[in-house]
Amino acid sequence: MSVLSAYRLVRRSSASRKVAVLAPLGALVATIVLNLCLYLAMGKDAGAVFHAMLVEPLVSWSSFSEVLLKMTPLLLIAQGLAIGFRANVVNIGAEGQFILGAIFAASIPVWFPQATGGWIWPLMLLLGGIGGALWAVVPAFWRVRLNASEILVTLMMSLIATQLLAYLLVGPWKDPMGFNFPQSVMFQMDATLPLLIPGTRVNVALVLALVVTLAAWVYMQRSFQGYQLVVGGLAPQASAYAGFAESRAVWLSLLIGGFAAGLAGAAEVAGPLGQLQRSVASGYGYAAIIVAYLGGLNPIGILFSSLLIAILYIGGDNAMVSAELPVAAVRVFQGSLLVCYLAAITLVRYRLVRVKSEVRA
Amino acid sequence: MPAPLLSLRGLTKTYGTVRANRGIDLDVAEGSIHAILGENGAGKSTLMKLIYGVETPDAGEVIWRGHHVALSSPAEARRQGIGMVFQHFSLFETLTVVENISLIVPGSKAELTARIRTLGQEYGLEVEPRAHVHALSVGERQRVEIIRCLMTDPKLLILDEPTSVLPPQSVQRLFQTLTRLRDRGVSILFISHKLEEIRSICDRATILRDGQVTGNIDPREHDAHDLARMMIGRDMPETRPAVAREPGELRLELAGLDHQPDDPFAQSLSGINLQLRAGEILGIAGVSGNGQGELSRLISGETTDPAASDQIRMMGQPVGHLNAAARRKLGFAFVPEERLGRGAVPEMSLADNTLLTAHRQGLVRRGMINRLREAAFTARCIADYDVRTPGPQAEAGALSGGNLQKFIVGREIMLAPRLLFVSQPTWGVDIGAASAIRRRLVDLRNDGVAVLIISEEIEELFEICDRIQVIREGRLSAALQVSQTRVEDIGRYMIGAEERAGV
Repeated sequence: MSVLSAYRLVRRSSASRKVAVLAPLGALVATIVLNLCLYLAMGKDAGAVFHAMLVEPLVSWSSFSEVLLKMTPLLLIAQGLAIGFRANVVNIGAEGQFILGAIFAASIPVWFPQATGGWIWPLMLLLGGIGGALWAVVPAFWRVRLNASEILVTLMMSLIATQLLAYLLVGPWKDPMGFNFPQSVMFQMDATLPLLIPGTRVNVALVLALVVTLAAWVYMQRSFQGYQLVVGGLAPQASAYAGFAESRAVWLSLLIGGFAAGLAGAAEVAGPLGQLQRSVASGYGYAAIIVAYLGGLNPIGILFSSLLIAILYIGGDNAMVSAELPVAAVRVFQGSLLVCYLAAITLVRYRLVRVKSEVRA
Repeated sequence: MPAPLLSLRGLTKTYGTVRANRGIDLDVAEGSIHAILGENGAGKSTLMKLIYGVETPDAGEVIWRGHHVALSSPAEARRQGIGMVFQHFSLFETLTVVENISLIVPGSKAELTARIRTLGQEYGLEVEPRAHVHALSVGERQRVEIIRCLMTDPKLLILDEPTSVLPPQSVQRLFQTLTRLRDRGVSILFISHKLEEIRSICDRATILRDGQVTGNIDPREHDAHDLARMMIGRDMPETRPAVAREPGELRLELAGLDHQPDDPFAQSLSGINLQLRAGEILGIAGVSGNGQGELSRLISGETTDPAASDQIRMMGQPVGHLNAAARRKLGFAFVPEERLGRGAVPEMSLADNTLLTAHRQGLVRRGMINRLREAAFTARCIADYDVRTPGPQAEAGALSGGNLQKFIVGREIMLAPRLLFVSQPTWGVDIGAASAIRRRLVDLRNDGVAVLIISEEIEELFEICDRIQVIREGRLSAALQVSQTRVEDIGRYMIGAEERAGV
């Protein structure tokens, strides 16, 4: 008689709330352990790396304020993306929509460098949002008209956006006094966001991101429109059965995602950068995808996941300086975090069961 | 008495908190047709999965031909000589019959073709080996499944509700096949909840209720009433006879509707004519796969066809171009045949599933969901329609099929529709609940609602409908008055034997 045993996933009768909260934490721990092994294999001082990466960003006010600054665009973009992801409209081109937001916002100080008044920065934010949303019109239109995959179209639109930005910065929008650097003029005072905390770079965009978080929560939890989006994502047939228009879900998802990303782009040029430059496209749009999933596509969860990823950004910079970590190591950390998380959330709906099978002759 | 072919002793299987099978004892004699009778949810399917090795029991013994065995997989069961034909067939539609069979049975194609023909003649299972499966009727597909099982030379053949997909004439033919198989020494486990069938063909019947054996009898010695009582533990409820009344205004009209679906394997519809008035129940009978699915999507608005706008009229208005929500605004409600993923979202709570179609009942104000009203509506639906669930916050996917059906039917009736369309109203629902649903439908009719029903159960249609139309190969027969029609007549329409005489 031999006893064989194996593990098998068994569906839970209902999703486990406890595991839903524990899964991201478990994933974080697993990621830390995995990367620790990686650093040891690379011959780095793992303890120093982790101190630089996870502790240093939190212990001093100045570095924590940088965390808040990084967190702002991630939070904004991820909230918009998460709404689309729940409707199963997979917009992975937030990077391009972010760039278009930055370009639209920069148009005012570039074309009217002498303008003054308190209306300038709010108008720039609005224009940024519109720019991002317009960039998302293209994938939405083709998805509704020809059923073209929004995943591919949004991604390709990002590449176009990068080229458009490059063209503007070496061409018509290049600062004539800028020693031929590919960047625009420095924005005038009224074209930059008011600071929130004196002595830091944290600006009003953080408040805006928190307001967007609250709005996203209300939208997804309480509004009938948000409910329709979720139904379309979970069960497209039930959505058709109830008569919720799929095309409307596609439009709403992409426009909301594009607007939020555009807003973040505007806040980036009108905030810490103060001018339009190539480095505005630094991967926030892609990192926000990780943020959205890590937060369980839940507005409150995203608040925490954006903070975490922001810490890793700042911590990664620290580690590169103090522990001589290569720049790719931070990306590896982010990527492995997403992989661990996706594995862990399986357990929200499934249980791991040990299966014993006895074979008797 | 010779030793039984298969004996089960104290077989027990628990899923979470549900004890699906509790101490089941069962003896299947050699060369017998043995029925397993029980309501949906009584544990029949679980028991079959244990015997066929799909699941392993928590406790108990399986004794096969005098030896203890542990059947750990279907492959092992097949090796031992146990075959099973599932309710839902597992054939590849794009392959031919012989190709499908060669996936499981070793041998050259020529050899297999010859064996399929011989077996076909021997047992009345004729089917063309080189035909593609998608071109076969449901009855023929079932024959392919049975032949595939017979090729492995089983001693025991398990059939899971084999007649639920067949028209009456094919049922007779299947029974002849089963009798021949028994006479050649193959035992058959026949799962069903249709009492008359069991009485006409089975030698032995084991009755299950709540996962336990409640009777072990010779079905020919009891009448259907007795069997039903053993099965549901109380007397069978009766449906109130319909009150005759004058039909009112036209609520649904299909006039010469043609439809060519995008899916090449779907049934196209042609020349569909149908008229349904307030205060009557119209039934659509037919073997599944003859266009019911396509027709129901066209009526519900899940498929819209602007070109056929005028061919579909509801409450007197052309609606062919309108989507489901716009049709519902006119007073239309619909219960689809698929409950999970279409009639309800499995991952959402019952309360949120109420919102799916009941949002116009004051549950949404200024675009915001009123959670209190949503919960109250759901609680009322649960109470009025006897939905067995912990409460409105339970996930729809956690409910049994029958309970979810009660919930969806309840939700749609609570919308107070003027036109109600129900596809397969009692599929998978136990006898008590099924008769409660039928009673509700008759009550609605008596209150002046127009009711349209698609069902594969002819008895059900005869019980509650005023008129019946039969769908076959995408065409709808003329309407037949139930009071002047016999079941056999409908059966002939279903298999196309009545083509000319019908009009």
